[in-house]
Formats: sequence, structure tokens, C-alpha cells
Amino acid sequence: MNKSDDSAATPPRRDIKALVNAGLKRRHAAERRFRWYGLTAISLGLAFVVLMFANIIGKGYPAFWQTYIELPITFDAAVIDPAGTRDPETLANADYAALIRASLRGLFPQVEGRRDLRALYGLISSNAPHRLRGEILADPALIGTTQVIQVLASAEVDTLVKGNINRALDESLRPISDQEIAWIDQLTADGRLTKRFNTILFSNGDSREPEQAGIRGALMGSFYTLLITFLLSFPIGVASAVYLEEFAPKNRWTDLIEVNINNLAAVPSIVFGLLGLAVFINFFGLPRSAPLVGGLVLSLMTLPVIIIAGRAALTSVPPSIREAALGMGASKLQMVSHHVLPLAMPGMLTGSIIGMARALGESAPLLMIGMVAFIVDVPRGFTDPATVLPVQIYLWADLPERAFVERTSAAIMVLLGFMILMNGLAIVLRKRFERRW
Amino acid sequence: MVTVWAVLQPGIILELVVAGLPPELRELPPDRLGLVLNDIKNLVSGNIVSGTPDPTILAAAEHYRNLQLTGHVCLWIVALLLATVGIVHSWRAISPKLRARNRVERVVTLLLIVSSTVAIFTTIGIVLSVLFESIRFFHKVPLTDFLLGLQWSPQTAIRADQIGSSGAFGMVPLFAGTLLISGIAMLVAVPIGLMSALYLSEYASPKFRATAKPLLEILAGIPTVVYGFFAALTVAPLIRDTGTALGLQVASESALAAGLVMGIMIIPFVSSLSDDVINAVPQSMRDGSYALGATKSETIKRVLLPAALPGIVGSILLAVSRAIGETMIVVMAAGLSANLTANPLQAVTTVTVQIVTLLTGDQEFDSAKTLAAFALGLMLFVVTLILNIIALRVVRKYREQYE
Repeated sequence: MNKSDDSAATPPRRDIKALVNAGLKRRHAAERRFRWYGLTAISLGLAFVVLMFANIIGKGYPAFWQTYIELPITFDAAVIDPAGTRDPETLANADYAALIRASLRGLFPQVEGRRDLRALYGLISSNAPHRLRGEILADPALIGTTQVIQVLASAEVDTLVKGNINRALDESLRPISDQEIAWIDQLTADGRLTKRFNTILFSNGDSREPEQAGIRGALMGSFYTLLITFLLSFPIGVASAVYLEEFAPKNRWTDLIEVNINNLAAVPSIVFGLLGLAVFINFFGLPRSAPLVGGLVLSLMTLPVIIIAGRAALTSVPPSIREAALGMGASKLQMVSHHVLPLAMPGMLTGSIIGMARALGESAPLLMIGMVAFIVDVPRGFTDPATVLPVQIYLWADLPERAFVERTSAAIMVLLGFMILMNGLAIVLRKRFERRW
Repeated sequence: MVTVWAVLQPGIILELVVAGLPPELRELPPDRLGLVLNDIKNLVSGNIVSGTPDPTILAAAEHYRNLQLTGHVCLWIVALLLATVGIVHSWRAISPKLRARNRVERVVTLLLIVSSTVAIFTTIGIVLSVLFESIRFFHKVPLTDFLLGLQWSPQTAIRADQIGSSGAFGMVPLFAGTLLISGIAMLVAVPIGLMSALYLSEYASPKFRATAKPLLEILAGIPTVVYGFFAALTVAPLIRDTGTALGLQVASESALAAGLVMGIMIIPFVSSLSDDVINAVPQSMRDGSYALGATKSETIKRVLLPAALPGIVGSILLAVSRAIGETMIVVMAAGLSANLTANPLQAVTTVTVQIVTLLTGDQEFDSAKTLAAFALGLMLFVVTLILNIIALRVVRKYREQYE
């Protein structure tokens, strides 16, 4: 090949520059477009985060306040304690609902007729008599006096007061009638409606009445379940991580264990629920709906997470530490337990806390083992029937009352609060104790 | 020791009490016998007993109490005995020649090995539990009907003349529904996730990356039940109202709502997995492309993506397996009726929804209905396992290429 051929094949220099310059505008536009796509994608993702939080907080924050109605209650001795013995048994079994009914009739003397009266009594929650009984049992001297007592309003009143019922709607489409609205408006005008912080939400178990339903039972259930999960999965997880990282020979057996752990981390959670149902409940005959079984299932699920995090923490400990320990005559186990494990512990704890946070949010496998029942009592042990917070959310989300939507969102806020707390703890732990070698 | 004792003791005592009961009581059917035994236990613990206790039951309660006392005494004696034996044994074993450390360590190592096999036992447990029940199911319903049937209506007839209880167990509509919802989810998650990963790793300043990445990963930490609530109460009504305004027929539990929200959930999976993959591509390849005069986006499209493709495909496969196995979102936002349709505005059902509906509530454990849930679980396990194995292998191969 000679030189002249070459120069003939390539166009003159100026032309290349022109060619490049001609395409440059288009290419830069494409560049800007691409960049813009990326930014849009991220903003979309972040927008979803904001949207979900705003949606749930917007729906849920009113649930932290609850409407109470101030009623002048006359503790009529003839109703409570006709014999005048002040015997606690008599006081406990008295008809306190009658007192509330009398008070309401006093406030609304114009209401007559069975049906209207029943609607009027329906403004007050069915647990109000218990409240009065509590007052009397605490202080029997109140009998015969008239006190202004704040009693819990029913969920419909609460929903109306919070502005979640459209008054313009036709009466038949509303959960509350025109007459009831008139009563409530009168109570509002009299200043008898007050909103107080909703302690019931945190002190009660589940209930069919929205105003009396709380998450205490679910919280305790979650606590017991997670306690079992932690007690089982943390020691086993740490032990397996130590074995696999420090002791195990590299052979097919340990390879198999590794592949297994990686696969288990990706198995759908509901399959663990099937395992729990078939093995723990049907084969071993453990009780259904118990935190014990829930904890067992969840610990099998969190185990891979803890093992993987634990191994990462162990590998980050430099070999010089190990060699120094061995050089001083420590055995392999002493080297691990005295030196490597303490140094890797923060990392392992961080991984376990993140695993526990995931277990806290898990609900699908627990549905399989029957932790999805309507349970009013707060569980008091590992074998009591219980439900957990996410399952409580699932149960409440199915209920049609508007007041339950509110409470569901509030329960979600509590759940998210706990998860943020746990993840925050993990981050603090990592920041505080992590060493860069 | 003590726990084993505590577990076994009530059972043994109960057996002894039953043996001590008069024969006419022992002949009772098991449920009646259970009632009687409950009475006896209540008597022992001093609770309220139903009705007035008759002398035989009183005697049995006395017997029960005595046995319990004996049991406790025996437990103490055995425990003390064991402790003395242990002390004597260790006393005699201690000598300068004893290599105690080695012995202890052998035991501890054994414990470590045992705990590392828990993972294997879990897998075996999963496989066996779903497999056994599935085999029982396939005795009742032939495998081909299950795999190829186009009808799913698990109501088995109790009476022969019952209407609407065909008891058809064809899983095709369920898998079609699962694929439809997962497909919608991937249509949302892959573009958004991939583009975010590309932007974060190629364009974003370190500061922006440090804030945006954890914020995006919040999405992965939110419990799925929260997504389900969001889908069922916010997204589904929104889609239905929009559809109705546009004159479309939209089911209130449309596949679109569940799919969209599931897609949002999966965004961080796709983005963080592809982020790892993109960062594994060596810098020299990018530099080479820039040196030739390519712009950043051209480098990404022509060099980075082809180089990272296997890894990205692997991460997408992992995301798909996640979507298929996702339960709570679809349980709360997707329907129950098994429609064989590709229309995202209609209600479809998924494998996981059916497992949940078949197994929650009280059911006898032998019916084809409950067993079908295990067969579905087996299918779910197999499909996700295959996807995971392929994905993990692809990602690992790809990593090795650049290491």
C-alpha cells in the first residue's frame, strides 16, 4: 500500500471536524435527554416514598385523638346501691348504663320513642359504663353526687367530628342520620365534645368497636414473636457464620451449605409459612396462633440474613489479629472467641437488627400458622394465641368502617416508627463501633 | 433435662390418671374423655368446675395431685443425683495429664457444625413438607389436570347435588394472573430502577448519591402489608375512578393497582442490584470510550450496558422471583376470582393469594382444597428456586469476568 491511497480513503481533516460538529448538537441533546430520564426516574422513586408517607400520615394522625362527650352523671344511689351496703360486689354489678341513659335523656328531653332513644344512646361507646364503674369502685363516696364525666363517644360521632363524613350526602348513604347529626351539633355548641389523646389505641387489645380497638395485643404478640426469633436465630446464626468463615474446610459439603443459605434468603416468605404449618403445627403439634411457632418460622427466615451479615463482619477482621493470637499460643477456638468475635460483634449485631426489623414487618408466613385470628386478650406468654402488628394491620384494613381506616394508618405509623428505630439503632451501632482496618 | 422433664410430665401423669379411672369412664369417646380430664385438672388447680363433681372424678383429682407431687420429688432427686455424678466425674478426671481445652473445643466445634447445618435442614424441611402434601394432593387430582387445567374453583362439593362446586384445580389461570401482575410490576420497576442506578452511579455527585440512595432504599424496608394497604385503599380506587372517567370498565380489584404498587416495592431491588453490577464494570472501559470522543450517554448505552448486561439480567430475574413470591400486596389488592385474562383492568388472582385463602380459616387437613395449597406452594418454590439459581449463577459468572 502506498501513501497516496491512504490519504484518498480518508476525507480531508476539515471534513471530519465538520462531520463531528454537525452531529454534535444532536448528540448533546441526546445526552441531556438521557440525563433527564435518569433524574426523572430518581424523582419518581423519591416521589413514591413521599407520597406513601404523606398518605399514611395524613390518614393516620387523626387516630391519635379521640372524641369524648362530657356528660353530667348523677350517681343515683337508688340505681347503684339500693341497699346502701357499699358492698364492692354490688357496686361492680350495678347498672351503670342506666346512669348514662338518664343523663342523655336529661340533655335531650325532647327525644321520645324507643327507636330515637336507642339512637341517642348509640352516641356513647359501649364501654362507657365500665368507665363509670371504675370511678365508683375507686371512690364510693361519689355515690349520690353529680359529676361531669368525659365518656368515650362512639366511632360514628368521632368520624363525624373529625370531618370524615360528608354531610351533603343523602341520609341513606351516610352511616349517621340527620337526627344524630343534629344532636352532635347541639353537643358541640354546648361545648360538651372534647378531643383527647387516644390512650385506648395503646392500652387495648383488638375490638369490633373501632373506638375501643387498640394495638396493645398486637404489640405484645410482636414482642414475644421477635424475642423467640432473636433468641433462636442470633446464636445459631453467629455459630454458623463462625464455623463457615473460620473453621470449615473448603469442600463440597460447605459449598452445599453456602448455596443453601443463599437460596434460602430468596425463597418466598409464604413458603416458610407452609413449612411452619406442616412441620411445627401438624407434625410436632405445637399450638396454632402462638408466638412460639411464629418465632420459630421467622427465625428460620432471618437466619440466612444473620449468617450472611455475620460472615461479612468476620471477613472484615484482618488476618494479622488471628496470626497474632495464634502466635501467642491460643488455640483456634480461643483466637475466635477472644479476639475475632468481639471485633466482629458490632457488624453482626447490625446485621441481626436489620434482620429483626424485617421479621417485624413480615406477615405472610404468620397468616399460614393461624396468627390471623380476632384476638381480644393481650397475650401473656409464648403459647397464648396472639397476632402481630403487621397482621393486625391486615385485619383492620379489611374492615369497612372509616374509623378503622384511620386506626390502620395509625398502626402502620407505629410499625414504621419501630422499624425506623431499629434501623436507626443499627446505623448508630455501625457508626459507633465500626473500625476501618 | 429439666425442660424435657417438664414437657413429658403432664402427658405421663395424664396417662396414669386415665388408667386409674373407672372403666365406664375410660370407654368414653376421646372428646368426652377430654372434657372429664379437663374437669379433673380444674379440680386440681382449684378452678370452677362445671356441675357438681362426682366421687370418681374427685378421686381421680386426688390421684392426679399425688402423682404431680411424686413427679416433682422425683425430678429433684434425679437432678441432685446427676449433679453429684457430674461433680464426682469431673473431680476424678482433673489431673495434669488431662487436655481439657482440646476436649471442650471438640464439643464446641461440634456445636458450631450442627448449627451450620440448620440451613440445610430448613431446605429439606421445606421440600419434604410441601412435597408430601403435594403427593397426597396428586393422588386426588391428577398432575396433568393440575398443570394444564384452565379452570380453578377449589370448592369441592359437600353434597352431590350442590351447584357451583365443580372442584376444578387447574393452575394455569393462577400462573397467568401471577405473571400478569409481576409483568406490570416489572414494567414499572425495571425502567425506573435501572435509570436511577445509572444516574446515581454515572452522573450524580457523591453528595447527591449519598442522600438519594438510602432514601430510595427506604422503599425496600417498608413492610409489604403497608404496600398492600396503600394499593387497596389509595391506588385501586384512584385507578377505578380514572378508568370510569375515561369510560373504561375497571374492576375495583384490578391487576393494574396491585402490579403498580408491587413495581414501586421492587424499584430498590432492581436499582441496588444493578448499581453493584454497573460499579463492577472496570473504569478503564469507560475511559477508553471517553477517549474516543463518546459522550457520557453514548458510553453508557454502547459500552457500559452491553458489558453489564448479564449482571443486569440476573438482577432482573431476582426481582421477578421476588414479585412472583410476593404475598401481602396481592392478598390485599388483587381479587379472588381466577380469570384467565390479559386485561390489566380486570381482577385476576395469583398463586400466593390462593394459598392464603385456602389455608386461612378452619379446614380439615385432608381435603383436596387444603392440599392444593401445598401443591401451589411446591410450584411456587420450584419456580422461584429455578429463577434464583439461574440469576445467582449469571451474576457470579459476570463478576468473575471482571475480577
